[in-house]
This record gives sequence, C-alpha cells and structure tokens, in this order.
Amino acid sequence: MPGRRLVRRAASLFAVLAQNPNKSGLPAGYDGNVSNAAQAPSGQDPTRRNFYVGAIYAIGAVISAALGVPAFAYLFFPPKAQISDDWIEIGGVTRLVPNEPLETTFRRNRLDGWKVISEKSTAWVVKGADNRIVAFGPQCTHLGCAYHWDEGRNLFLCPCHNSLFGADGTVKAGPAPRPLDRYDIKVEGDKLRIGKLRQSGANEA
Amino acid sequence: MRRWWDRVGNWLDQRTGIQTAVRNFLYEDIPASSGWRQVFGSVAIFLFLVQAFTGALLAFNYAPTPGDAYNSLRYILTELTGGRLIRGLHHWGASMMIVVVVLHMLQVFLYGAYKKPREATWMVGVVLLLVTLAYGLTGYLLPWDNRAYWGTVVATQIAAQAPVLGPYLARLLGGGGAVGVVTFARFYGLHVLLLPPATLLLMALHVYLVRKHGVAPVPGDEMLPAKKFYPQQVFKDTVAIGVVFAVLFLMAAAVRVPLEQLADPTDTSYTPRPEWYFLFLFQALKLFNGPLEVVGSVVLPGMAVLALILVPFIDRAQMVKVTRRFAASAFLLLAAIGWGGLTAAAVLSTPKEAQTEAVDYSAPTDWMQLSPEEMAGVAYFRKENCIACHVVGGHGTAVGPDLTKTAIHKNAAWMIQHFKRPSAMRPGSSMPPIQLTDAQLNSLAAFLLKLNSNNATALDNTPEFASEGALVYHSNHCNGCHVVNGVGMKVGPPLNGLSKRQSRRWVEDHFADPQKLVPDSIMPAYKLSRKDLENLTSYLFALPD
Repeated sequence: MPGRRLVRRAASLFAVLAQNPNKSGLPAGYDGNVSNAAQAPSGQDPTRRNFYVGAIYAIGAVISAALGVPAFAYLFFPPKAQISDDWIEIGGVTRLVPNEPLETTFRRNRLDGWKVISEKSTAWVVKGADNRIVAFGPQCTHLGCAYHWDEGRNLFLCPCHNSLFGADGTVKAGPAPRPLDRYDIKVEGDKLRIGKLRQSGANEA
Repeated sequence: MRRWWDRVGNWLDQRTGIQTAVRNFLYEDIPASSGWRQVFGSVAIFLFLVQAFTGALLAFNYAPTPGDAYNSLRYILTELTGGRLIRGLHHWGASMMIVVVVLHMLQVFLYGAYKKPREATWMVGVVLLLVTLAYGLTGYLLPWDNRAYWGTVVATQIAAQAPVLGPYLARLLGGGGAVGVVTFARFYGLHVLLLPPATLLLMALHVYLVRKHGVAPVPGDEMLPAKKFYPQQVFKDTVAIGVVFAVLFLMAAAVRVPLEQLADPTDTSYTPRPEWYFLFLFQALKLFNGPLEVVGSVVLPGMAVLALILVPFIDRAQMVKVTRRFAASAFLLLAAIGWGGLTAAAVLSTPKEAQTEAVDYSAPTDWMQLSPEEMAGVAYFRKENCIACHVVGGHGTAVGPDLTKTAIHKNAAWMIQHFKRPSAMRPGSSMPPIQLTDAQLNSLAAFLLKLNSNNATALDNTPEFASEGALVYHSNHCNGCHVVNGVGMKVGPPLNGLSKRQSRRWVEDHFADPQKLVPDSIMPAYKLSRKDLENLTSYLFALPD
C-alpha cells in the first residue's frame, strides 16, 4: 500500500533529522567512506539528501511564483484608469453631401500612461445614399498609412500599397485585410459627435 | 525524457564546461563548523537580485525626470495591478538589504573571519556596504516627493562641506547649491547605470576571494573532516532566503509606503528626514556647531569608514574562539549603543509637525475634489456606519443596495425623506431611520449624489482628518464667506492653496484671533477644541492648489 510506504519513509526521515549530529564527534551524515563521495559528493544518506534538494527546489519555486505572478499582472494587465467616453463635436451634418467623404480634423484628450495628452485626430465622414452617416478612422487597415479620397475613382486610395476602399469602407482591391475602422458617432440635432474608434472585423460588410 | 535531457547536458558540457563548473562550485569543501551563521552572504546576494528585478519592473513604467517621475510613480501605485506590491518590495527590500549586509559583517567581525589571508575579502565587503548605502542615497530622490527632495538637499549640502573635495563633489552631484533636474539625472544614472554593474563586479570579486581562501574555519575545525557546500549548506541558505523573502513580501503587501506631495522647493515648513539607516549620521551632525560641523558631517564618518576598511590590519592576532573575543565584542557593543542611541535620539527629536498626518499620495486622491459639504457627508456616512448594510465600490455588506448604482437616480429631497423614514419611501425597507439634523442629512445626501463607481475609492481613501476637518468647516458655516473647490461665497479669501500662503502656526493663531494677524479682517474668532483645530487646519492644508 502506498500510504503505508509514505508513513515509513516519513518516519525514517524524521529519525535521520532528529539524530544528534555531534554524538559521534563527526559531522552529520558523515559515513567515513571517502570513495563514496565520488558518487554522492555530499557523503550523506540519500533520504536526507533528497529532503535538502527537495526543499531547495520547493522554496525556489515559491519565491519565483511570488515574484513572477505580480510581475506578470503588472506588465500585462491594463491600467485601471477610467477613460471617459467623451463625445467630441466635429461640426454640423448639413454640410455633408451624399457619397462625398469629408476629411475632418479634431482635437481630443487621450490618456497616455500617466499623462493626458491633447492630440489631433482625423476622421473621414461620409453620408451614404440612404442618409446614414459613418466616420472612418484615418489609417489604412493594412499597415496604417494615411489614405485619401480619390475623386476620379470615387474610392479611398492608400498610396502605400494601393489598397482601395469604397465609400462604405469595404475593401475593393489591394492587400488591406479588413474594412476601414469606424468611430462611434452620435447625431444631436445638427451636431455630429464622435466617440471611440472601433476596429472593424474581417467579415464586416 | 531523462536520457534526452542528459544528452543535451553532455553536449553543452563538452562545449562550455558548464556542468563541471557548477559541480565545482556546489561541491566546494567548507569547514565542519559551518552552518546557519554563514547564511547572510547568500541572503544579501538574493536580495540584490530581488532589487534588480523589481527595479527593472519599476523602470518600465517610470519617467526619470522630476515632474514626470512623481506622476509616473503615482501611475504605478494607483493604476497598475501589482504596482504597489512591486514598489513595496523595492522599498522594503532596500532596508532589508542594509540589515542583512550589516548582519553579514557582524558575523564576520565577531568570528574574526577577516584575518589573514582574508583581508582583501573584508575590504571588498566594506566597499560593497558603501555601494549599498549609495543605492539608498540615490534611490531616495527618485520618487520626487517632498520627502525625497528635502532629504537630498541635506545630503548634497553635507557632501559640499567635505574638505578640499567639497566643491567638486557638489558640482559632480549637479547641486550648485540647489537640487534640480541635473542632480536628478545624475542620481538616476548612478542608481541604475553605474551602481548595478559595479555591484556585480564587486560581488563576483568578493565570492571569488571567499572561494580562493575557503570559508573561514574556527579553531578546532582542522580536526574534523570538511563538509560539502551542497546540499546541506545550500539548504540552510535557501531556508534563510525563504524566511527573509516571506518577511519582505508581507511588509510589501501590508505596510503602505508613503508618497508625499510633489516636491516643492518653496516649502519652508518641511522638516527633512533621511531614511532610518542614515538617521544616526543626521543626529550626529547636531552635536557639532559652527566651524566644527564639518567634523560631524565628513571627518568622523570618513574616519569610521577608513577604520572599517583597516579592521584586518588593526586586529592581527591569531584567530580564536568567538567566546574569547572580548575586545571585538566590547567594541561591537559600544558601536551598537552609539548607533542605537543616536537613532533613538533622532526619532524622539522629530518635531511634531513632521509627524502630523500627511496626505498619502500613493492612493487615489479623488476625495480632494469633494466640496466641504460633501466631505462632511463622508464623515456622517462613516459615523452612521452605512457600510454595514450597503455596498460601495466593491466592498461592504450587500444587505441594502449598492450606493454607487442607485444614488445617482435619486434626488436630494427623496433621499432626505428616505433617511428620516426609510419605509415611507421604500415600503418594506429594513433600513433604520437616521437620527441627524436636516443640515447634516443634506450633506450626507450631497455626498451620495456625487458618488459613482469611479470615485467610490474616495470613501476609503479620505483620511480621518479630512472628513473630521470638513465636519468642523461645515458646522461652522465657513462656506458663508470662503470658497473651497469652487463652492462657497467670496467674502473672504479662497482657501485652496492656503498651505502655499501661510504656515500652519499662522492659520491656527488666526482662528483664535483673526484681527491680531490681519487688522482689517471681518472674520469672527473661532474657539475650537485642539483636535478640531488640528483637523480643520490639516484639511485646509490638504486642499488642491
């Protein structure tokens, strides 16, 4: 039975640990056999030696975990900061012409680590044929280049690798993997307000 | 699996000799008497590694320039998961490092282990002690709060007093009389660029010397067969490391390391204090006046360091049993009494102002934005023990509703009626009526209306003096003449930024007799109890500028 063997081992370990090392005038575990030292260089009996080695690894593991887990959380968990979803007004909606994208720049405060920085952002605002308004983020979804509206082709053209997007943001040609990213938008009366930039999914229309 | 692993090991060993090297290192002979008293060296190396690890983690989110240093440290403490723990480990680890290094030296000193041929080992050890202290000195500035700034002002001025070298040292530390961006950059550079590699080199040299001469035996060891370093001694070292780490971890988790307000070079009321292990030097300085000051600040410490380095040459007698080393023990006792006495005197002589409750900037300080009326509401909230039944910001007992979620949907009138007769407004409510006056209920409602899940931490972090001080402010209707955080009348001066304009003493005297200090003041005198006066003044001084 394994349980019984465990008890016997524990008992023998205890007996070894409890023995007075100086009774014989020799250091603990010294067996007087020098040739044996080559195989088990500490010259100690194996149970006791195993206990020492096991304890060294166990304590080492506990300390590594106690340092490693907080370090992981510290480096990989996002900051607790409450980022306020402020809606920024970027102008009236009446000036928009259907299917004619308008490049609109605005300033917004962004929390960057311990700093609130005010930065300039751009949105391409498009009123669709059905009068629905969308605002696209200013970067091509391929490698982040700034694209522009090519009036001749009626498409968004990214000059870096010739990705083409329709006025609805869908990929028409080129290496771009997904449609243009969109901002959350709110229309309040005549005012257009812009919120967070959301990454588009690969299969979105 | 095992065989595969062995093959990798053999391959590596044949090319690098790593296994042989590790084996040689571990199966070193040590004297039969070695045991628990020799663990401190290993613990010191371990603590150095902990400091290096936590220091690197802190550096990942730390901006080493004065203004940003403070903000980024606050970001680490309040925004990042585990940031407080890691800073705690680094802060308390530094103190523990000093303790362990000193214990290590005490052991070597008591046993006379520095004697021939181990003089060089000892001297390298003393240099390592100085390097450890240099970490403490340079690291102290890096939070860039008032404590850091003023402590460093004192330290650089002491360095500037050194005979001959003083002016050069002052220039090297970037302090042309002032501590500023240059001093900060140099301290940071020393702390993270120069000292760590220096420590590694010195440690390697130190360990090499220990290995070259072997661990010092005690008389009688030569009669006994030597032991092996591994695994028995390594086990003892590891147990000691485990105990020290457990203590360090508990301190880091449980004892809050304070962060004071951003360093303010114009603050004339601040009493600088160095870290505890430098307190004795700080106190020794007070024993010398005028032209003799340089004796206490530079000459005596310099001679002490020199004596420490020369210990092996001063005591050159044969190695004897530790119980027979009377002179060394007596010397140690005297040193301990001297150090302990000076440190105790320094602690006892710390002026009361330095001990009054300072605002803890290591936690969110949303509470500072509350108006005095809302802040008084915090005091009533605590007095009525509302947390016993309501959840606020994730803790409390969920008998009643979470107040961060419900309060925003109600208005003050509804709440006050509800406070007076809970079941009238909410049939079936088991909440007992609150026995407060209308004015008091008003401020409780004002606070609850302001409460949301983002600022719920304010409730936990509001210091006692602030809620109590606001209570005094509110009940004396100070808002009838003064503005705090944009709320109140503008008859008298606004009270934000008061700490920049007046001293604590002035403000307390002013309450008792305004016309004595400002002849044309129309403010009535306020006879406040000592406690109320202290709380109110602390509260006003803690207001944002």
